[in-house]
Amino acid sequence: MWYEAMRGHEPRSSSSCAACKLLKRKCTTTCIFAPYFRSDEPKKFAKVHKVFGASNVSKILTEVPEEQREDTVNSLAYEAEARLRDPVYGCIGAIALLQRRMIELQQDLAIARARLARYTVAASSSSSSSSCTFQNNDPFSSMLPNFNNFDAYGGNSLELNRVGNMYDLSQIPYI
Amino acid sequence: MMPGGGRCAACKYLRRRCPSDCIFSLYFPANDPQRFARVHKIYGASNVAKMLQQLPANLRAEAADSLSFEARHRVEDPVYGCVGIIHRLHQQIQNAETQLAKTQAQLFGFINTIID
Repeated sequence: MWYEAMRGHEPRSSSSCAACKLLKRKCTTTCIFAPYFRSDEPKKFAKVHKVFGASNVSKILTEVPEEQREDTVNSLAYEAEARLRDPVYGCIGAIALLQRRMIELQQDLAIARARLARYTVAASSSSSSSSCTFQNNDPFSSMLPNFNNFDAYGGNSLELNRVGNMYDLSQIPYI
Repeated sequence: MMPGGGRCAACKYLRRRCPSDCIFSLYFPANDPQRFARVHKIYGASNVAKMLQQLPANLRAEAADSLSFEARHRVEDPVYGCVGIIHRLHQQIQNAETQLAKTQAQLFGFINTIID
């Protein structure tokens, strides 16, 4: 929405941004944090500062084009939140959950496609006759969907799994 | 201090002596200087030290690995870091769920046709 696009470009008030308030310094008109860490969201900067440090955040923001700074801040805030919730695995926990979900879906999809292919072949091979033959003696029991009620990502709340030595960070299943 | 008396990657980078109880030495060996350089760039040495010190010793290796992973992705993609992976996985999951729903609808439709 247009107003969301404008959020990062609202006219600055004369009060300090959340960063300068936390850092107890004067918030200048050229403050790099001010457009992205508004004074009404003090926790956002506090979390990012705790994990990354103000000077590192400033350096990262300086390195990216201005039009991408809001996305950068939001992703840093997400990572900081994840790290504070799970000091061992941070975002990796969320990635591992999503990877597992992806693998389950790929398996379910392969099974469903194989079944569809079998039924299609069986139906076309018997299309000259009026009866169809099933290669599965019980065609209906295997038709139940295999969905888990698994919500891997619920907005800002993360359920991070705390299991050691299990994240194969070299394998990201990209289709 | 590393076995053999050498400095770990962190102490080499920070140009300091590597004490015998260096918090970094077990997780940032001298043979992988980039690993420490990346976490230092993104988190800072003192933040990494604090994060590791706050954890039980048996979890520090996992924490150092996950910090290293996130730092590597943030260096490669300063805008999204590893959150870019999360976004892509969400999209892939959504696509796979749509495909699965379509395939299962086709299967159910097929069965219903056969029953009728």
